[in-house]
Parts: sequence; structure tokens; C-alpha cells
Amino acid sequence: MKKIAVSRLPELYAMITASQKLYLPVENGGKAEYKEYSEGADVALEAVNTVKSAKDFIFPQSEDLCGFKVTEKTIEVLDLKKASEPFVLFGVRACDAKSFEILDNVFLKGYLDTYYEAKRKAGTIVTHACNAPDTSCFCSTFGIDASDPAGDVTTWTTDDTLYWQANTEKGEKLTEAVSSLLEDADEKAVEAKKNEIKEITEKLPYAHLSLKGFDEYNKENLDRLFNAPEWNELSEACLGCGTCTFVCPTCQCYDIRDFKTNDGIKRFRCWDSCMFSDFTKCAHGNMRNTQMQRYRQRFMHKLYYYPDNNEGTFGCVGCGRCVAKCPQHLNIVKVIKKLGTDGGNK
Amino acid sequence: MSEIKDTLIPSVGIITDIRQDTSDVKTFRVNAIGPDGKPNGKLFEHMPGQCAMVSVPGVGEGMFSITSSPTNKEFMEFSIKRCGHLTTFLHQLEVGSLITVRGPYGRPFPVNETVEVQGVNLKGEDLLFIAGGIGLAPLRSVINYVKDNRADYGEVDVVYGARTVKDLVDTDDLALWKNEIEGFHVHLTIDVEEENWQEHVDNVGFVPNYVKELVAAGKISKNKKVLICGPPIMIKFTLQGLLEQGFTYEQVFTTMELRMKCAIGKCGRCNIGSKYVCKDGPVFRFDELNALTGEY
Repeated sequence: MKKIAVSRLPELYAMITASQKLYLPVENGGKAEYKEYSEGADVALEAVNTVKSAKDFIFPQSEDLCGFKVTEKTIEVLDLKKASEPFVLFGVRACDAKSFEILDNVFLKGYLDTYYEAKRKAGTIVTHACNAPDTSCFCSTFGIDASDPAGDVTTWTTDDTLYWQANTEKGEKLTEAVSSLLEDADEKAVEAKKNEIKEITEKLPYAHLSLKGFDEYNKENLDRLFNAPEWNELSEACLGCGTCTFVCPTCQCYDIRDFKTNDGIKRFRCWDSCMFSDFTKCAHGNMRNTQMQRYRQRFMHKLYYYPDNNEGTFGCVGCGRCVAKCPQHLNIVKVIKKLGTDGGNK
Repeated sequence: MSEIKDTLIPSVGIITDIRQDTSDVKTFRVNAIGPDGKPNGKLFEHMPGQCAMVSVPGVGEGMFSITSSPTNKEFMEFSIKRCGHLTTFLHQLEVGSLITVRGPYGRPFPVNETVEVQGVNLKGEDLLFIAGGIGLAPLRSVINYVKDNRADYGEVDVVYGARTVKDLVDTDDLALWKNEIEGFHVHLTIDVEEENWQEHVDNVGFVPNYVKELVAAGKISKNKKVLICGPPIMIKFTLQGLLEQGFTYEQVFTTMELRMKCAIGKCGRCNIGSKYVCKDGPVFRFDELNALTGEY
């Protein structure tokens, strides 16, 4: 365990930036957003959750796949994959840290997505324990501990000190690079901090949300969930705006499109949303014609299909972004409460 | 963690032949391009029922069944119906035009022990192929594979229907199977009666009823393994008829088609419940589909 005075954090940031890029939450009009660090940046390390999640850095909102130079007689395929330079993602919350594992199951299993893999390898994740989890948070539902996040390095802050614990080889390497700023510390303050955070999370409104009813993957339970009449009521107000998807740290659906530039054709991929009406539209029709079907797909994916394919790991981390951002106040918590076999209450 | 590197970057292929099958279906022959810029063999090998992502750069990319058999060592074929943005563009291409292709993708029909579905394969079985319209395209690959490995399979029946005589695809293949291959029986039908239909087809009426009649008349035995592809409504009623006559879900295989972008189970749109058509399918046995949500 290491430590550094909070007042000296700008020195730490500067030292990291000397060798690689550093992204961390920065104050932006009352909201926190991940930005590249520059001297004098208004770092919002204690802000609970950035508007967009941290997934942008390993699965960008838009990314070039390849290019084409087309002449009458030839098509030249260009590899537009950029070399990934090492970077540090600092201040990542326990929920977002867990979302990387969930995305790993999608992008690194079966067919290996080398675009994702390159960024995942290049990034060192420095997580930060939540000093003040919000009322929309429910990470504990998914077994995530806000007081002790995973990551290459885990950090905690007390009033005046940031504590630093390297967990992986990458974390050790980063620790070494900034070792001149870090002092040795014992774990007492961190243990006290962890207990303090646990006490807060225990009292959050969704602290006792239960996932009973989403833990059995068989035809009977599938039919019960899929055919539940409650989906109509749950989805009735959905506008299909896709906000939930775009702020979600685990949503991984993407579109592939071509774009004609002055210098040939670029094929890129970009985030897409199963909430959009044309998501599954094809020449012979659309298998999810109604917003109810699309709404059901999104939540069934996170609470049933994804766990069914990934040994029971849920596709939600309880970050609370969709709870906070949906313009119609729809969210996964309401789905869990309506369709859980114990009403979502432990 | 993983065996297969992603294949989102396609290869360039050249169209070496275009056959107009019907007013809105064309079959494109595609080859790889050699160092001299001339057609040179196949882009890749595949198994019957597998698909490929075909693209015109700048226009779009779509998943198409490879209709040629893997036993064809010279080229690959795609039968494509003109019905959307990309397919309309493809239909405007000429011999010598370049496209891009990536693949092969998906689980093939279980033609032998290397590609089993639910632990079984079709070797040694009597087979019944049922197709409607352009639905013959994915089955054509299997039928020709069976033809070229004739000793491995039993009696083969092909029931194929289209709206009119003009809408029947692969008529050369149909004639070949009917007249020249021992143990192959071809039964053709059209939806509505037209002049001189007897010269071209065996029956007038929809596929589901025709299959029922053939089975009831004892012309097709009930122990056959069935491979079916066509419009969803045709599949639904044909399956119903088969079940009424004593066939089981475990005897019937089909191939699905939903919108796809990545073809490797990551872009998130072709799922039926927990299964992705692109990587877990497109071939499914009906009892597997029954275990899913039915959202297709």
C-alpha cells in the first residue's frame, strides 16, 4: 500500500502524462466526463460517475475498421487499425471496472476482436473507491463492491490522502513509474474507509434489490420472463431514444457502415442500439417491430441471455446511469422489481 | 482465450459469371483474384449451409448463403434476390466487377461427422429437402454436396415450390437431379395454375399441402431427415403438416436469416434468445429453436 497527499495529485498526473496519455474525470458544466489530462484541468475524482461510461476507451463510439481505394479495375483494402499507444484510465469506478470484464466476454471470446484487444492491452486501469455512492447506484446487486474496486491499481481517498494499491503486473509497472511521488502506507485508513463506504451502500435505496427469477436458465423460466404481460406496461412510455444504451457501460451492440471520403471509402463501426426501430430491419421484414419487443430485448439480454451465455454473470453492473438519464424514468430496476420472482426484494 | 482472429476485414473477389434465375434473382459466380489480376480459384473453403458477408464498398455489406457446394473446387456462387439497397446494387454489377467477401461464417448443415448438430449427422440417412422460392439457395449447396458424395447418403427427395414457373430457380440443377442422379426424386410445384404447367412442374398448390400429399401417398417415407428453407409462413405450415404425419422436431433442420452486421456474434442484432444466428446458426434443428424465444 502506497499513499500520496491529495494536494500533490497534479504532480502525479503530470508524471503519468510524461510517458503516456492519461484520461480521468474532468468537471464539465456541472457534470463529470472522461477527458485527456492537461495541466490545470479541473479533475473531478470524487464525482460519482461520469455521464458516459469508461468503455469509450476500449470500445470507442466510432472506430475505423478498414478502408477501400476503388478504381474501375481494382479494389485495394486498407488496414486502418491504429497502433494502440499505452494509456492510463484513472478514477474508474467499481461498476465500470466490472463492465470491462463483461465486454471481454463478448470481444475476446470465440472470434477475437483485435481492435478491442489492442486497446484493452494498452490501457492501465486505475480504479477509485466511491466515497459517496449515489441513490441511483445498485452495483452491490451484482456482487460489486464499491469500496474495493478491481483494476490494475485501486485507489481510495480520505480527506487529505490518496491511497494506492497495485493489483496486477501493469499496476506494478505504473506504480514504479510514479514511485518517486508515493510513500509507503499501512492499511488502517483504507480499512476504515472501506467500512465507511459499506455503511453508506448498505443504506442506498436499491441496496437490497434481488435477482431471484433471473438466475435459472431453462425453457420454463425463459417463457415466464419473455411472455410476461408486464413488458407492455414497463415499456409503454419508452421513446426509443437509445439514451440508456449510449450511457451504458456494458452495451456492446454496434453497426458497421461505409463512408465515402475524398480519399476513398472508410468502413467504420459505431455504437448502435437495440432500442432503435431499424436495428433488426431487413429486406424481408423486422422481427422486433414494436418498442415493447425492443425494450424486452434490451433487458432480457442483460438479465437472461447474457448470463445464460456467460456462466450466470449478469450484463449489468448497477452503475445507475440509465436510472438517472432516461427521460421517461424507465430503467432496469423497474424491470427487476416487476419480473423478479420475489418482487425484486431480498 | 480465443482461437479465431476476427475477420472484419474482407478479401476482394471478382464476379466471373452472372446467371439471371428469375426476374429478381441472379446467381453470381465469384473467384479470388490472382497476382496478375485474373480470376484465380476460390476465396476460401466452406461447408454446406455456411454463409459469407458480401459487400460493395461504399454501398453496404450483407450476409448471404453460399449456394455452391464445397465439392465445387473452381468457384463460389451466391444466389441473390433483389429486394433492398445492397442487393439492388449487386444486381447492377457485371461480369468482371469487383466485390468484397469475408467468411465463411456459421454452423453448417450436419453433412458428416465433422459438423454434427446435437451429436448427429446426416450420413447414411434418407433425406427430404423442402424449399420455397429463393429458399432453395442454401439447400442447393447441401443437395449438390450429397450428389457428389452419393454413396454416403440414402434416398433423396426434393420438394420445391415457387409462385410461378418463371420463379423457379436453379432449373438446370433441378433437371440434373431429376433425370441423372440415381435415388434422387424431384417434386416441383407452383402456387397457382398457369398455361402448360404440366410441361414444367408436377403439381399446382402450396408447398405445405404438397408435402403432406406426397407423404400421405407413401411417396416420401416418414423416417427421412428433413432440411427445409423458405418463407417463414411456408416453413410454419409445412412443419405443422410433418408433425401431424408423425415426423418429430428432431428430424427437421432449417437455416435462419436475420439482419447481421458483424457475422461473428458481437454486433448484437441477430439473436433469437440467447443464440446468435450468425455463429450458433444459421442451421438449427427444430428442437433447438423450440428451446428459444420464437422471436424470428
